[in-house]
Amino acid sequence: MSKWTRRLPLIAALLGIAFAVPAQAEEASDPWPGLVQDIFNNRAMNDGSSVIGIEMPYRAEDAAIVPVTLRSKLSPADSRRIRSITLVIDRNPAPMAAKFELGPDANVTEISTRVRVNNYTDVHAVAELTDGQLYVSKVYVKASGGCSAPAGKNVEEAQSRLGKMRYRQFAREEAPASRVREAQIMIGHPNNSGLQMDQVTQLYIPAFFVNQLKLTQDDSLVLSMEGGISISEDPNLRFTYVSNGAKRFRAEAKDTDGHVFRSEWDVEKPGT
Amino acid sequence: MSRIARIIAALSLLGTVTLAQAGAAELPVSEVATGIFVHSGAIALMTRENEGDIANVGFIVGDAAVAVIDTGGSFHEGEALLAAVRARTNKPIRYVINTHGHPDHVFGNAAFAAGGTSFVGHSKLPQALATRGPYYLDNFRRIMGSELIDPVKIIAPTLLVSDTMTLDLGARRLILRAWRAGHSDCDVTVYDEASKTLFTGDLVFLRHIPVMDGSIRGWLETLKELEAIPAQRVIPGHGPVSDWPAALADERRYLSTLLSDVRALNKSGEPIRAAAEKAAAEERARWELFGDYNARNATAAFSEIEWE
Repeated sequence: MSKWTRRLPLIAALLGIAFAVPAQAEEASDPWPGLVQDIFNNRAMNDGSSVIGIEMPYRAEDAAIVPVTLRSKLSPADSRRIRSITLVIDRNPAPMAAKFELGPDANVTEISTRVRVNNYTDVHAVAELTDGQLYVSKVYVKASGGCSAPAGKNVEEAQSRLGKMRYRQFAREEAPASRVREAQIMIGHPNNSGLQMDQVTQLYIPAFFVNQLKLTQDDSLVLSMEGGISISEDPNLRFTYVSNGAKRFRAEAKDTDGHVFRSEWDVEKPGT
Repeated sequence: MSRIARIIAALSLLGTVTLAQAGAAELPVSEVATGIFVHSGAIALMTRENEGDIANVGFIVGDAAVAVIDTGGSFHEGEALLAAVRARTNKPIRYVINTHGHPDHVFGNAAFAAGGTSFVGHSKLPQALATRGPYYLDNFRRIMGSELIDPVKIIAPTLLVSDTMTLDLGARRLILRAWRAGHSDCDVTVYDEASKTLFTGDLVFLRHIPVMDGSIRGWLETLKELEAIPAQRVIPGHGPVSDWPAALADERRYLSTLLSDVRALNKSGEPIRAAAEKAAAEERARWELFGDYNARNATAAFSEIEWE
C-alpha cells in the first residue's frame, strides 16, 4: 500500500468523510431486525429482563465450545410459563442456534448447552410464554482469539462417537425431598456445519448435524430441541426439571442424514 | 573473491533488492547447530503490530536443498523468512513443512509458493485447513487488518505424512513423524539426525502456556514417546531453544494438572464453566499468557474427558 492510500482513512476522518471499510460496515449494521423478521415473522418483542436470563462468558474462550445457560426468571407465583426458548447467535453463519420446547408439566427452569461463536456478536434468547407473547434478553460475546476455531478438534474421535448417548443425574441440595432434578444428556455427533469448502476437492463439506432431540420421562415431554449447526460438536444439554415419578428417562435424536438415535435409562441408574 | 563468486554475490544482492522492494526485511535468525537456523517468535498473541510473528520458525540447509519449517503468522513474515534463507544460501527450497495448521505457523506459506517447493504436512492437515482456514482469515483480518491478511493464502500440503517419512536434503536426512491428536489433530515433528535437533511445532511449549486444540489425553501419551527421541536440543513451537528432554518437564506438569483437575471437577458434578475458572489455577504464575488460554484449555479438556 502506498503512503498516500495508507493515509486515506486519516485524511477522510479529518475531512469528516464517512470512510467505510468493509469490516467496519459489517460491524455497523445490526443483523437483529432482519433476524426478527426471518425467525419470528416480525412479531413484537417485549423486554425479557424479568422473564429469561442468558449467561455466557464475555469472551468465547474456545470458539467451538462456548457455554450458554438460559434461566427462567418467572416467579413460581406467575401464572404464565415458558413454552419455548429460541437461542439466536446474531453474527453466526446460521444464527438460529436452537429452539427449545419446554414440556408443559416438567417445569424446566434452566437449560445449559454449548455453542459455536464465529464473531463478535449479540446473542439473543427469545422466550415465548403461555400468554402468547415473545420476551427477549441478550448478551454480547467477544469472539475468541488465537488458533481456536468453531470447528472440531479431533475429527476422527467425534466420528467414532456417532450416536452414543449418555445420561447423568446431578445431586441437588434440595433432593431427595424435592422432586426437582438436574440432569445432562450428551450425544456423540460431529455436528458439521457444511459451510466450509474442501480446499482439495473444491466441494462444500456436506452439513451433518443433530436437528431434533426429544427428552421425555416415560412419555411425558421434558424438553425438545430443534438444533442447528451453531450447537457444538457432541450436543450437550444440562437442565433442571421436576420429576413426575416416572421410572424411565428417554432420549431420541435425529440428524440431517436421517439417523435416529434412541436411548433410555432407569432414572435411578443413569449412565451410558 | 573469484569472478564466479562475485557474480553470485551480485546476483544474490539483486535478489535481496527485489525482496526489499516487495517490503520484506530479513527475519532475524540464529544458527543453533550447523545448517539449522531458527527465528524466535514473540511470546504474544498475533497482532497488527507484531505482524503475526509469534511462533518459532526455521530452516535446515543440506548439501543439495533447503527445508523450511513453518512460515509464520503473515505473508509478510513468510517473505522475511524467505529473505533470511536467501541471505544464507542459494540452494533450492525443496520443502516447506507445516508442523500443524494454526495461523501463526502457516500464514506465511504463500511466500514460498513459487514453483519447485513441495508443501509437507500431516495427512489430516488438508482437512483442518479446509474447515478452519476461512474462519482464520476472517478472524485475523479483524485483528490484524486487511493489509496484512489479504496477501495470506491458505496452502494445503500435497506431500502427506500419515506415519513417518524421510526427506533427504543431500547428506542430511530429516525424519518426519505424524502424531495422534494432541496439541492439534495434525501435529508433525521434524528430527534432524545429523545435529540431533528436534523441531516439535506446538507439541512443546516453554514459557508460553501450552494451548490445547486436539486431545489432552493424546498429547500426554505423545509426550511419553517424544521423550524417547535421542535429540540433544529442541526447537519448540513457542519459547526458547532448549535441552532435550528436560524441556518437557513444565509442559507435562501443566497438562497433567489440567487433566486431573477437569476429571475431579467433572466427577463432582461441576458444570463446564466452573472448570474454566478453577482447573489448573495453581499454574497461573508459571506461564506467560495464562489468562489468554487457560480457560480455553480447561473448556476443551473438560468436554473431552466427559466422554471417558
